[in-house]
Amino acid sequence: MSTVSESIFTPATAERFDKLVTIYPVPRSALVPMLLYAQDDLGYVSDAAVAEIAHRLNLLELDVRNVLSYYSMLRTKPAGKFNIQVCTNISCMIVGGYDILSHCQKRLGIGHKGVTADGEFSLEEVECIGACCWAPAMQVNYDFHDNLTVEKVDSILDDYAAGRGQDVK
Amino acid sequence: MPDVTFTVDGQTLTAPAGTLLIDACKASGIQIPAFCYYPGLSLQAACRMCVVRIEKAPKLQTACTTPVAEGMVVYSETPEIAQARKSTLELLLGNHPLDCPVCDAGGQCELQDMTFKYGAASSFYAEPKNHREEQKWSPTVYFDRPRCILCYRCIRMCGEGMDVYALGIQNRGSSAVIAPNIPATQSEDGLAHLDCEECGMCIDVCPVGALTSDTYRYKTRPWEMNHVATVCTHCGDGCKTTLGVRATTDGSEIVRGDNRDKSGINGDFLCNKGRYGFDFANREDRITEPMLKQPDGTFKTVTWDEALLFTGTRLKDIRDTRGGKTIGVIGGNRLTNEEAYLLQKFARSVLGTNNIDHHRTADFVTLAAALRDHRDRFASQHDNETAKAILLIGGDPTNQAPLTAWNLRTNVRLNRAKLYVANHAHIKLHRQAKSFLEIAPYGYGAIAAYLSGDDGAASSAATDIEKLAHFRDALKAEPELLILVGSELRAGDLRALIAYGLTLPNTKFALIGDYVNAHGAADMGLLPDLLPGYAPVVADHDYTAEYGEHFPTEPGLNLLQIFDAAQTGDLAALYIVNANPVARFSIDPATLANTFIVIHEMFLTETARLADVIFPAANLYEKSGSVVNSYGDLQLVKKAADRAGVRTDLELLVRVADRMGAEIRKLVPFGKRASTGLRADLGQTRGVQSGEADRHAVWLTANNLEPKLSPFDPFAVLDEIQRLVPGYDLLRLQLLSGNDQHLAPQAPADLIQIDETRRDLVLPADDTLFTSGTLGRYSPKLVELQLKYAHEPVGIPAD
Ligand code: SF4
Ligand code: SF4
Ligand code: SF4
Ligand code: FES
Ligand code: FES
Repeated sequence: MSTVSESIFTPATAERFDKLVTIYPVPRSALVPMLLYAQDDLGYVSDAAVAEIAHRLNLLELDVRNVLSYYSMLRTKPAGKFNIQVCTNISCMIVGGYDILSHCQKRLGIGHKGVTADGEFSLEEVECIGACCWAPAMQVNYDFHDNLTVEKVDSILDDYAAGRGQDVK
Repeated sequence: MPDVTFTVDGQTLTAPAGTLLIDACKASGIQIPAFCYYPGLSLQAACRMCVVRIEKAPKLQTACTTPVAEGMVVYSETPEIAQARKSTLELLLGNHPLDCPVCDAGGQCELQDMTFKYGAASSFYAEPKNHREEQKWSPTVYFDRPRCILCYRCIRMCGEGMDVYALGIQNRGSSAVIAPNIPATQSEDGLAHLDCEECGMCIDVCPVGALTSDTYRYKTRPWEMNHVATVCTHCGDGCKTTLGVRATTDGSEIVRGDNRDKSGINGDFLCNKGRYGFDFANREDRITEPMLKQPDGTFKTVTWDEALLFTGTRLKDIRDTRGGKTIGVIGGNRLTNEEAYLLQKFARSVLGTNNIDHHRTADFVTLAAALRDHRDRFASQHDNETAKAILLIGGDPTNQAPLTAWNLRTNVRLNRAKLYVANHAHIKLHRQAKSFLEIAPYGYGAIAAYLSGDDGAASSAATDIEKLAHFRDALKAEPELLILVGSELRAGDLRALIAYGLTLPNTKFALIGDYVNAHGAADMGLLPDLLPGYAPVVADHDYTAEYGEHFPTEPGLNLLQIFDAAQTGDLAALYIVNANPVARFSIDPATLANTFIVIHEMFLTETARLADVIFPAANLYEKSGSVVNSYGDLQLVKKAADRAGVRTDLELLVRVADRMGAEIRKLVPFGKRASTGLRADLGQTRGVQSGEADRHAVWLTANNLEPKLSPFDPFAVLDEIQRLVPGYDLLRLQLLSGNDQHLAPQAPADLIQIDETRRDLVLPADDTLFTSGTLGRYSPKLVELQLKYAHEPVGIPAD
């Protein structure tokens, strides 16, 4: 399978991709992991990323976009530096998930899939993130925050805004 | 596979093991509704309309994915099933706009029919409908998202069937949507578009009105048209296209072309030319009155009487004073067999000349000669569907003969046929090839020699000599082989290739020519040295007794020699029927300055502009008769459209011959059957009701009456063709019932060509998906597509 001479990804990611295509019986099996890594690398899956992945896997760009659009955690537009995903699925909903979401909306002044003007935060309403036992829960980038209250959310967001978040990339 | 026995609704049925239940039921007349299932494409099971009850299975099962099994007991229509289907429909209609009164599919919509049948009358869905604007994806394809029921047929058709893969599905659940391959973010106007072959197959298979064509959308209602199944006028594959026509103030116009009942030689397939390329017929600027060139070089419209009398008198005068050998005749590739036959007969028996030719797009003469003792070796289009192994040498069917390409792809996909491709270019079909051999530039002659055993030719035949050897060995090992030959091979090279092919067991041959009746033009003797059925002019034949006193015994001039004669002042007259040699062969207009030129044409082409007389001609969609495709499959052409003022070439020839004083009953054997005593007008002169003469003729024939009452009746000419032309042993009933039948020329043993060596007599048409000779330039839709695809479609991967 093809490796790419001028990759748009960081050398580490590009190297990872070179390996990924070799480890499955069918190269296209590497598509979903590649899309995730591409998003981590670039913050979103750009047209250029689609083109390069299609090339690497010998797929049409259309095939890549078919899969890309299926998964709601894959983005085709840049998110904020801190992407906040608030769960409003059933466990969270019962214990105030919607309050958390609307608090975030008010505090950040953005809605679902919105990005703040300074590009620091973005917000998403998501389905279950697997933290039901500690509902309500949200995820900021890859970090979980649970047993939330409105006050706790404020302090979490303050921390991120001040650069004290755990998962500052 | 062995048969299995099972029961459906109490009826005992048998079918080969592995047959899908839905197909087995259909074969026995039990219809199971289906939205997503499409025969020949991969299974999707997306719609749940085909559910049936199978005993011992816990839940309803999808008939489209269940193979029949021994002892299976099936119920196809019970209250439980009806309820399940009704619920499916209710969900499908949840966000359906129900704009049937204006939808193109209204009246021919599978969703409408099913809703009618299962009566999903009430819906629990109370939310407002989610409307999306219609999108124009390409010059031919429109998408109305809310109408889509997500059956995936279009995606599979475009991918598996067309090998284009221009359609995909994006998002999921209720936001899932069919998406074309150029996303909005990458197109100039910020809207999503298609970059594809524009075949319209996706529109064809869409069970609803979600995909519609630019040509037909919002034009009329299906029940307001007459539907006439005829043969596509474009390439040499000979697809059946059904033209929807409706009356206008000056005739009847074609509103759409489609593959209505899939009963033709083309099965499911039709390409963009067969679907949309009829619009030249509706053009306002068609010639609809006879015109005479004036001394100042302009054209003046005149009455029919004046034009015919003038032409007849001049031609007779030229024949009688300067001799028939100073007259040339050039026929077109889109005439019916009857017209082509009559044209050469008119030339030989009335004009008194053998200077007859046409634009040869493939070397059918050499094929007929090389296979003269092997009439069983001529392949039919149908052989592409079933052949176990195919050698495609030269040519590019995807562009030049789209049905051939479709059949080859389908045969490879469904039957694992082995396709061997040898070509100088990486034609798209190499994607289906088991083996692809790159032929060296100008290496076609060498490859024919190499295959025949001349190892010395290897280095000029292919770049990869080792591969070449393997290729030859692989071919040799095939127990049967269909050999398709592109127009790169002709004359001696073609002869060598066929000689080689004949050394292999069970081979069949076909040439990829172009235009609907290029093959017929050759079969019917639009050739200077050969009479209909490839009978040499110089040998013994039955035509001597038939063609009268003017029939010359010497072979005439070929197309190039005709223009040479014009150059030297030896061509007094040139009679051209539906051809544009001036543009095609780059003839200098000055050459023809002293030649009296008569032409039958639809438009003021380069050649027509030089003519002294222009007769307004009908096109293939406005006449009846028969044509043969590149493979020799004969089909019926039916009159669909009509335009006031134009005449068929057949009628024009008869009228001109009449004014030359020819005896018409000798030219066309009409009304001869005195026994039936019939004398009547068939409707040809009775106004514009299209298809009337055909219907009447079919009725007469069905009642054992003789319909050939008029000298303009193509069947009268067909009688003579059948009587005189070797190889045209056709079955009338097959023809009349709209079926194709395969004819193989029966060239006489002593076939001698005068110009064995002149390869330039065959001029490959080199048409592509969106061109069609001169005619294509007059089709607004084809021109639009040519402009769009001035580059290679990007939707198709390069390798
Ligand atoms: S090639 Fe174009 S027109 Fe043909 S099926 Fe695909 S998308 Fe439709
Ligand atoms: S556009 Fe038509 S063919 Fe394609 S998925 Fe929708 S309903 Fe089916
Ligand atoms: S494949 Fe040829 S005959 Fe068939 S529709 Fe296309 S142009 Fe016409
Ligand atoms: S429902 Fe919110 S984490 Fe599971
Ligand atoms: S036809 Fe069987 S599920 Fe659609």
